[in-house]
This record gives sequence, structure tokens and C-alpha cells, in this order.
Amino acid sequence: MALLEIRNLTRRFGTLEAVKDVSLFIEAGEFFTLLGPSGCGKTTILRMIAGFDAPDAGEILLDGVSLAGVPPERRPLHTVFQSYALFPHMTVAGNIAFPLEMAGKSALEIRRRVGETLALVHLEDKAASFPHELSGGQKQRVALARGLVNQPRLLLLDEPLGALDAKLRVEMQIELIALQREVGITFIFVTHSQQEALALSHRIAVMRDGRVEQCDEPDQLYTQPANRFVADFIGKINLIEVEVRSSSKVLLGLHATGLGEIAATDARPIAVGERGVFALRPELIRVFGHRESADLKNRFEGVVRELLYLGDVTLYKVELANGALIEALMPNAAPGRAKFHEVGDAVAVCWRHDAGVYLRN
Amino acid sequence: MTAPRTQPAGLSKWVVTLPPTVFLLAFFLLPALIVVLAGFRETGEFGGLAPVDSVAALSLDAYRFLLGDVIYLEIFARSFLVATLTTLICIVLAYPLAWLIARSPRQRRDFLVLLVILPFASNFLVRIYAWIMLLGPANLLYTPFAVIVGMVYAHLPFMVLPLYTNLEKHDPALLEAAQDLGADAWTRFWRVTFPLSLPGIFSGSALVFIPVLGMFAVPELLGGTGDILIGNLIKEQFLENRDWPLGSALSIMLTACVLALAGLAAWAAKRGLHGTEAVT
Repeated sequence: MALLEIRNLTRRFGTLEAVKDVSLFIEAGEFFTLLGPSGCGKTTILRMIAGFDAPDAGEILLDGVSLAGVPPERRPLHTVFQSYALFPHMTVAGNIAFPLEMAGKSALEIRRRVGETLALVHLEDKAASFPHELSGGQKQRVALARGLVNQPRLLLLDEPLGALDAKLRVEMQIELIALQREVGITFIFVTHSQQEALALSHRIAVMRDGRVEQCDEPDQLYTQPANRFVADFIGKINLIEVEVRSSSKVLLGLHATGLGEIAATDARPIAVGERGVFALRPELIRVFGHRESADLKNRFEGVVRELLYLGDVTLYKVELANGALIEALMPNAAPGRAKFHEVGDAVAVCWRHDAGVYLRN
Repeated sequence: MTAPRTQPAGLSKWVVTLPPTVFLLAFFLLPALIVVLAGFRETGEFGGLAPVDSVAALSLDAYRFLLGDVIYLEIFARSFLVATLTTLICIVLAYPLAWLIARSPRQRRDFLVLLVILPFASNFLVRIYAWIMLLGPANLLYTPFAVIVGMVYAHLPFMVLPLYTNLEKHDPALLEAAQDLGADAWTRFWRVTFPLSLPGIFSGSALVFIPVLGMFAVPELLGGTGDILIGNLIKEQFLENRDWPLGSALSIMLTACVLALAGLAAWAAKRGLHGTEAVT
């Protein structure tokens, strides 16, 4: 049985349907992420799990028991708020002790658990500090410690890294993964950052307009997006409008107007004549010189129009015969050479026949 | 380069701050010093102050008289009791009102605050006379109860406003966090809202407590003969008995008491606001 089950959850605000018939399973010990642009309903789902909001339809079950009618203070789960919401009049130790006091633990146990949790987030020396004396990263750790100290069944995290600068965010991501593994508590994480979601999660539910578009493991989402939205939302991708010309077992013959035939693979039975989109990650495209030969099925001539040197990699924007720009990401791994082509160079973009995915409209 | 630039700024700072400084020196500090001095002088033949020809003419007679009679101590004690009681009642009455205003929709708050201060639009004495008409038929006029009612009525807005200003600034996420971590409504109030509103309670209390101590109109109009407070006593010395040294000595004693109390409160607040919640 799943630890948390969400069944046909719907929430309306006036005429706006913020959450539309969402069903999800979250297993014990999982690091589960709700990912989507702002306004997609991810925070609304989190607030309904926490109990601050009630669904208009559907239900939420924890260990198979419905949470309907259970007020937030009685739910065995805690939230880490985006703004941290640390109590400004209490010390770090006082903040962390708060949920234990509410649970009626003995003074002795409170002292022990606060000490352990402070050690877990490396803040032993800040026990007597007040929140306003801490840095952003330290406040973040106190908020995490306060959420974890009473060992909830579930920890809900509402964009907890949003307020941190880029470098600190990466550090906290690494700490968060280690922390979750160490305490073994199930995390439900809400974010709009696909990079954060990919880096942290065991599974991700990609949301749009109140619906779950795809729920899968990070690498599956990245390599096998279910539709155009997911493909576009997660990472960079080239989308080429195509028509299916042939379909035999796993091989798929696609035609792009003004470009020609594209060889692809797809195990699904697909009708000839169907229109869709061919999605291709920039890092799976090779850019060769005009005269270099490449033993790859898909080869299209083009001209480098823009070039973005990023140090480890270079992003090439190549204009193809049909006028469309295709983005290719090439590693600059060859010694003594920073980039391979210049703006204006005639090149050929190539990719393996199994590099991209065909997405139905 | 920077010197000529700061020169006009320094000058304009003086130009701006000089008038209020001069005003306060002339009409606040100077009279205060005159009162301090008057406390050590003798009463004149026809009241007021006797002329001073030498330092030897100064005396501690007024203070000696004051401390020699237990009635003055009693009036001081009663005044502090009335002020304390008024302040406490104001806190209890103002808190829910301020909380309600702070929690109402943003566009309605200004209107509600306006309602709180609207009574100031009419004359203070007229409003106290209204209480005479209200309390008279109920046979409650000229009692300590009437004095407290009048005092609370007159000073309630001074408690509501600072409390509202404080409560309005509270981050609602803190209450959600407390609830999320297992606190019921009662605990949320006492562990989060109340401690965070203490600065509002302190400033409101100062705005109520101190004026009540010096107030003479309310006890005079609503209180009985046994309800006179320091304010009445001071007024009596200056206007009726024409014993200026005694009136001055009383004023100085009152000021000293208030300052001592304010200092004590500030010290306690500083310690209490940080210390009480710490868990080690």
C-alpha cells in the first residue's frame, strides 16, 4: 500500500479549476516532486495534503485512511515553508523544540532530540541564536530541522530553495538528498525548477493547468517525455513538426516539410499520415564540417547562425534548409580546441536514428 | 570635493531642526526647570511664589510636607491603581478589536481605524458629560466605577492603534507553521501571536498609563470626593490653594515615578522578549 494516495483530487477557486482530477501514489521513503510552472496547482495540492485547504472532490489517504476533516495540527506531517516561517521570538533551539513540545514530549527527550537534529543540519553552534541572526542557508536548515525533528510520516517542502542564491542552492540540494537518505522520511517537494526536480527526485509529477501531464522517474521524463509540454518544460529540446510516412515494427519514417526524411524509432503502432512533433535533445546532435562524413542516418545541411561558448560546451544554432533553427550542444573536450565551428560556417547536423522521440499531437 | 557638498546639507539640517529645537527649549525645558525650581521655593504672601533673594531662601519644605502626610502617599497609590486597572482593561478590550481590524480585508481596515479615532472629532468634555447622563440614571455616577469607565473610554483608542499596527504586521505564515507543527488555536495565540504583539502592548500601555496618571477631568466630573487622583491634587495646588511649591513638588514626584516605571518596563521588556522563549 502506498504511504500517501491522492484520488481524483479537484479544487476550484470560483470559476478557476486549480486542480483537476489528480490521482497520485507516493511510496514510503520516496523523494517525490511536484513540478510545474507557477499557477499549475502544485502548491494547492501541497496545501490540501497539509490540511490548509480542502478539496472540492476526491480524497487524500495516508496509510489508507482518509485525511478528510483532520485539521492540520492533527496530521502526522510537517511543512517546510517557502519563507521558512521561523518563529522570530524563539531561538533556533526553541524553534526546533516547538513541534516536540506540541507533541507533549518530556523535557529530557526534547533536549536530546533538538541536539541530535541540530547536529544533523550542522547547526550545533547556533542553538541559542535568533532567526534574524542567521544567513539564508542557515534559516533553511533550521526550517528543515524543525520539520524533521518530530519524525513526521511525510515532510512537505514548498519551494524551500527558492530564496537562496544559485551556488547555495546547489549545496543545499546535495545536503537535502543526503538528509532524506539519512532520515528515511518521505519528502514531497514542490518546485518550478526542472533542474532542481531532476537532481533531487526519485519520481516527478509534471503538472500543467491543474493536471498531471506525466509522472515518472527523472531519466524517463527526460528521455521519454509523454507529450510536447513535458518535452519542452524539462531541459532544452528541438521540436520539429513532422508527418508519419512509414511505420514498421520499431522503425518510424518521418517527413519534415522543407527538410526531408527523418529516421526514428517507436515501438507503438502508429498510423501512416499521422501528424506530430519530433523532439530531439541538443546534446544528441553532432555538428560536423560541411565536407566531413558521418556514419549517421540523419544528416542535414545547414549554416551556423549563432554560437554560445559556455566553457565546457558550446551551443550552436544552425539554420537548416527549411529556415528552421536547430540547437546543438557539443562538448569542447578535444585538447587545444575550444570550439569546432564559427558563425557562418556551412555544417552538417547529424543524429542517430534512436536519438529523438516522436510525440503525437 | 566632498566638503563643499556636505556643507549645504549640514546647514539645511540646522535650518530644519532649529525651530523645533528652539521651541522645545523655550516652551518645554525652560518651564520644566521653572517647576523643578519652584518645588524648592516658599509660598508667597498671597499664594504663588515668594521672591528669592539668595540660595538660602530655597528649602525642602514642600517635599517635607508631602512626605509627612500619609494622605499624599494614599492618593499616589490610588492613582497608580486606577492607571494600572485602566491599562489592563484597555488591553483586554482593545486586543480583540485590534485583531479583528488587522484580520479584515485590506480595503476595509482604514475605514475601521477611522471609526476607532472618530470620537476624537468631538470635544473631550462633551463626551465625558455624555457619560454623566448615561451613568446618572443608573446610580453609578460619582463612584470609582464611573472613574474607571471614563478613563477606559477616553484612552481605549490609544491602545487599539499601536496594537493594530503591530498585529497587522504579523506574517500569517507563522500561524500556519505553528498549526502545521501541531499547535491548536489556543496554543497558537499564546505561543506566537501574543509574544509577538508584546511591543504593541507595551507602547499602548505607555500611551494609556501615563496620561491616566495625570488626568484630572475624568475624576473631577465622574468621581466622588474620595476619588481624587494626583492630577486633581496638582491642579488644586496651582489653581485653588495657590500653593505653587507643593504643586511643583507633586509634579516632580509624579514625573520621577513615571520615568522610573518606564525605565523598569524597558529593562524588563528587553530581557523578557528575548529570554522567555529560549529553550536550552
